[in-house]
Amino acid sequence: MSREGALNLVVLAGLVALPLWAHLAGETFTVTLATRAVILALAGVGLNLALGAGGLVSLGHAAFFGLGGYAMGILAFHAQSMTPLVDGLLPGTKSMPVIWLTTIAVSALAALVIGLLSLRTAGVYFIMVTLAFGQMFFYFAISWNAYGGEDGLSIWVRNGFPGLNTLVPIQFYGLCFAVLALVLLLSHLVRRSPFGLVLNAARQVPARLEAVGLDPTRVKLVAFVVSGAITGLAGALFADLNRFVSPAMFSWQLSGELMVLVILGGVGRLFGPVVGAVIFVALEHWLDGVSDYWHVYLGLLLLLIVLFARGGVIGLVAGRERAHD
Amino acid sequence: MTDPVLEARGITKRFGALVASDGVSLDLRPGEIHAVIGPNGAGKSTLIAQLCGGLRPDAGAVFLEGADVTALPVRARARKGLARTFQISALAMEDTVLQNAVLGALGASGRPWRFLRSALSDTELRDRAMAALTRVGLADFAAARTAEVSHGQRRQLEVAVALTLAPRAFVMDEPMAGLGAEGSAAMTDLLDGLRAEAPILLVEHDMDAVFRLADRVSVMVNGAVVATGSVAEIRADPAVRAAYLGDAA
Ligand SMILES: Nc1ncnc2c1ncn2[C@@H]1O[C@H](COP(=O)(O)OP(=O)(O)O)[C@@H](O)[C@H]1O
Ligand SMILES: [Mg+2]
Repeated sequence: MSREGALNLVVLAGLVALPLWAHLAGETFTVTLATRAVILALAGVGLNLALGAGGLVSLGHAAFFGLGGYAMGILAFHAQSMTPLVDGLLPGTKSMPVIWLTTIAVSALAALVIGLLSLRTAGVYFIMVTLAFGQMFFYFAISWNAYGGEDGLSIWVRNGFPGLNTLVPIQFYGLCFAVLALVLLLSHLVRRSPFGLVLNAARQVPARLEAVGLDPTRVKLVAFVVSGAITGLAGALFADLNRFVSPAMFSWQLSGELMVLVILGGVGRLFGPVVGAVIFVALEHWLDGVSDYWHVYLGLLLLLIVLFARGGVIGLVAGRERAHD
Repeated sequence: MTDPVLEARGITKRFGALVASDGVSLDLRPGEIHAVIGPNGAGKSTLIAQLCGGLRPDAGAVFLEGADVTALPVRARARKGLARTFQISALAMEDTVLQNAVLGALGASGRPWRFLRSALSDTELRDRAMAALTRVGLADFAAARTAEVSHGQRRQLEVAVALTLAPRAFVMDEPMAGLGAEGSAAMTDLLDGLRAEAPILLVEHDMDAVFRLADRVSVMVNGAVVATGSVAEIRADPAVRAAYLGDAA
């Protein structure tokens, strides 16, 4: 096995063992932190597909994260207030599977529209356009008073999943971990698939794709849509973790944090977002206790990573990525 | 006379005041290598871009197997059987040699929308890619990272990717660029055998190669074709000697 493969397994094992230990030791807060890390990792896996494989520097992924959050918030709000979602027709729901499917559909659709418009541009313009879309959603959420406006929406009880008691932290953690593991497995397969090969080439040499009869823009668009759907799903889980959604989920800071954790772990590496999210959440927790200025330390760390370790932490530990076979 | 596979009719392209293509007409016939020569800046790469679809001519038309393809983008012409190689290698440098060839095979298959099966364990794609690599002598380097093979091998890979398309015509922009004497000789042998598969429109600076390979030669100067003929005719043409070959030829 490659060094990177071994590292990935260690990370995966840690994500099983540590929360289990915390659960048995009664350290509920640690389980909650781990859940936060796993959900941010999932959002990062989404971003990594656009950023790492497709080379699309999106500073607007909070749009999808927030849409996921609000899809959950709105459906659950109508369920808990017993008001119809659409007059006399659709009811709300407290069922996670239904919420997830809705989330995936909504964020994929948003990614399709945003992707269609932003993929006409490249480089700095692409960053600006995606950022602008994120901000548009942010301001829209702030002014949408039916759903809490600036204050956001509280959900009283965490949504349910068949066969589980999601109110028990370790069970909710297990559910989030299972989703992350499944998405990682799918990402692993996609990376070696025809689509993965083509996307990887679309980032490196779009002219070559054209020359063999393929459309690089369309390939990137599909990647962007899948990327947005994954980040949206993470947003729904994040809202369920906090039982709260607010416009902050749409903020550019959140887009920046997602990008930071992907770069920290290793852009384009399968487990980059996972390692990045774990480090990010740990730093957020520990440094916040030490200093109010923890963002500054995080910024410094990030600067060092970007300057000296192009492959992020995974690159530091496992070296350069092998071409897959 | 047989119908040309690829044809430019009266192509004109201006960049501001500069006329990069000045009413260029030329054709590529089955089984031949048609070389296009001319000094730097004569408009050879601009002509290729218009043949392949990267640039739209201001006037004139491009025909591929008798069909007007002037309005079609690069990828549509590629799917119709036009395979090009780049003056500066355009390869996925982080990927392996085999992956680059498989990319070509994938383009030819027209089915990149498969998400869960491994590309390299698809025997159809792999066989097609390996056949092309074997043809250009790169089979032993299939697993090497493209960034780590030699410049000459990357030039061969350019040709291999074009081969995976099983094209109706090749358009090659200076395939010998940057190759040493040995590399040029090997590439010359390779191209010599390739014309049986599909005719080659060959833009090349290496005169030894051109004179060895070409069935016909067109000479471009300042955007215009000033002469077309056999190697012997071109060598003898006084205008060509003056404009381009100089007395050395
Ligand atoms: N995109 C462009 N914009 C402006 N001028 C160009 C462009 N592409 C090529 N040219 C000019 O057109 C002329 C022909 O260039 P080119 O086709 O590259 O020549 P060659 O390949 O024969 O060396 C040159 O003078 C070049 O500077
Ligand atoms: Mg040129």
